Amino acid sequence: MFKFSRKQLCIPYAVFLLFFVIAPLVVIIYYAFTNGKGEFTFNNFTNFFTDSNTIGTLIYSMFISLVTTLVCLVIAYPVAYILANSKLKRKSVILMIFIMPMWINFTLRITAVKEILTAIEGNLAYYPFLNTIIGMTYDFFPFMILPLYNALEKIDRRLIEASHDLGADGVTTFIKVTFPLSMPGVISGITMVFLPVMTNYVVLDMLYNSTYIMGSLIGSYFNAYDWNNGSMISIVLLAIILVVTLFTNKLGNITGENRGATL
Amino acid sequence: MKKTQEKENIIELKNIKKVYNEVTAVDNFNLEVKRGEFVTFLGPSGCGKTTTLRMIAGFELPTEGEITLNGQDISKLPPYQRPINTVFQRYALFPHLNIYDNIAFGLKLKTEEVTYKNNNGKTITRKERLTKKEIKEKVRHALEIVDLEGFEKRSIDTLSGGQQQRIAIARAIVNEPEILLLDEPLGALDLKMRKEMQIELKSMHETLGITFIYVTHDQEEALTMSDKVVVMRDGMIQQIGTPEEIYNEPKNAFVADFIGESNIFNGKVTGDKKVRFCNHIFDCVDQFPVGTRVDVVVRPEDVFMRKAGQGMIDVVVDSVVFKGIHYEITVLCGETEIVIQSIKNAEVGTTIGVDIEPDGIHLIENNVTANEFDGVITKHNTVEFGDGEFECDLTQLYPGSRILDDTLVDEKGEEINIVGTEVKVYVPLNGCIEMSDDADEGGVTGNIISLIYKGDHYQYIVRTENEYDFILDDEDLWNENDFVSLVIPKEKIKLALK
Repeated sequence: MFKFSRKQLCIPYAVFLLFFVIAPLVVIIYYAFTNGKGEFTFNNFTNFFTDSNTIGTLIYSMFISLVTTLVCLVIAYPVAYILANSKLKRKSVILMIFIMPMWINFTLRITAVKEILTAIEGNLAYYPFLNTIIGMTYDFFPFMILPLYNALEKIDRRLIEASHDLGADGVTTFIKVTFPLSMPGVISGITMVFLPVMTNYVVLDMLYNSTYIMGSLIGSYFNAYDWNNGSMISIVLLAIILVVTLFTNKLGNITGENRGATL
Repeated sequence: MKKTQEKENIIELKNIKKVYNEVTAVDNFNLEVKRGEFVTFLGPSGCGKTTTLRMIAGFELPTEGEITLNGQDISKLPPYQRPINTVFQRYALFPHLNIYDNIAFGLKLKTEEVTYKNNNGKTITRKERLTKKEIKEKVRHALEIVDLEGFEKRSIDTLSGGQQQRIAIARAIVNEPEILLLDEPLGALDLKMRKEMQIELKSMHETLGITFIYVTHDQEEALTMSDKVVVMRDGMIQQIGTPEEIYNEPKNAFVADFIGESNIFNGKVTGDKKVRFCNHIFDCVDQFPVGTRVDVVVRPEDVFMRKAGQGMIDVVVDSVVFKGIHYEITVLCGETEIVIQSIKNAEVGTTIGVDIEPDGIHLIENNVTANEFDGVITKHNTVEFGDGEFECDLTQLYPGSRILDDTLVDEKGEEINIVGTEVKVYVPLNGCIEMSDDADEGGVTGNIISLIYKGDHYQYIVRTENEYDFILDDEDLWNENDFVSLVIPKEKIKLALK
């Protein structure tokens, strides 16, 4: 007899997982470690680390990610802090204004940014790096401000009062209590921005006209039907993301219990 | 620690008033606390006790009034500049710090003035932070006081509620504050733990010699621990006194009802130290002019059971509840309930006698027999007062007048121009105002803010939106905060021209 159990509700997702996550991964791993003739090889791996173009792109991608993340953090933290501490009744409405760009199509937004920057700068080619950072920051800002706001909003007001009570003035309280307690939000914000930026080639394509980012590099290999080297780059990127995630999770554990400050 | 020197006032609150969003939370608050005293603010939730504590701590600034510490005005100082520390209601320990860092938090910020001579023989005074060793020693000592030696390295989420409470106390006392504020610190603990901590807090207070200001809604806690109890209600002080004074000589029916169990009756003074209630004239010790209306307060343990006919009055046993150390026996004297606590049992339905000794009877003057309002005549048959408009009989204002075609006319039939006239309105307490849960039924709506059982009826205070209070007697039981509509029959509204 067919017996229904709650576990069976997972079946659709399991099927999805099998076909769209596990199968592609297996295919990528297969391609990464074979050559054009289907023979097993490590050449793709060595290619990655000997090709100065690939390594250069990796480092440059990381740099763009790092700068974008920092800019996002520096802009988002004060806003989230002020918002979380304000006595306004419609805080969520103001927060929504910051998040609203997410509702508009991504390509459309970047095109708009492109037009605005062109109007201001005359030619995008003058400041390609600056443009990329502006585009990326604009794009990923909501992913930074949301976890920050969540983390800051959850901080118990009495902890701040306790700090004042024990003799700490506003600045000291921020350094010793507020900021450490907002760390889960900071970390999840960084994770949400740093990793996607590294592979986001659309912004770069439109504002930089170059392939200097990991995502577009993979794309260029695939366009040239070099599945093997393209797959290897994906695998390396996957490994990097895994390491970064593990590292940030660990940092999150040290700084206090997970306060659910993720999106 | 400084030994209790002179019994001088350490902190004084003068005419403190706090208004939030146009609602007065604390009003006309005057208090003097002596050095080393254990003072408790006691009252039901929302009575303003925590607000007052927060003003002393500096988290709230008083709207009016002055707080002086050792004679200096500190009302406007931020909390971090006051030599006062707080033990918070739910501890408020820092979750990102371990126990040592939690306790050392204040010490690490503290500076002490150090005077020394430098090489040139000059005397130099400068502020120095405590050394690591000093901090370590102080933390160790604080942990010793709260009985948690060796807990330094542990994280706070490994602790039970009671242990967290102790850490919160250690974190506050380690700074050697002049005043320690405790905001319902035992509220989250279970009964047994609470009793233990009460005793420990009391002994800590004795050994440390710090002034304690304690906030609680638990009257037993207040009576057990305090030197001085401040009973609050509705943002106002009801009574300040030692636990004995508060218990034995409550100043009003609210205090009597709130502190311990009491029987409260309506009584009337009939002679020199004589009072009539429960259809009997009792001897008492309080003296009031003959005819004075009083609230009679009798503690259940001051009512003694006798054999039928041998007591001052005869009553019928209505119910008996076993409470462990004693029985709680409810008896009926006519319609009036009397609660007795006794180690002896009684049988339900039997008639017994009851004695109340003169020193067990406490009288509180209560001459309020009517609600009094300022009103305005709005039509020829309505008057507006206390947030509502009521039908009334205006002919009582002018002898010989009558209503003709909905208009008030005098004897000659000429219209009396009365709309807009200001009048005094009286509504007696007893049986004149009825409560209804249908908001449209009565002339005004409000919330029940207080109820006191008086043997055979409840006395309610209903507060309207604009804070007019209606006092009324009702035999039915309603709940505090119930939203009610007040119905006043028009013949019960007494008017007088101003």
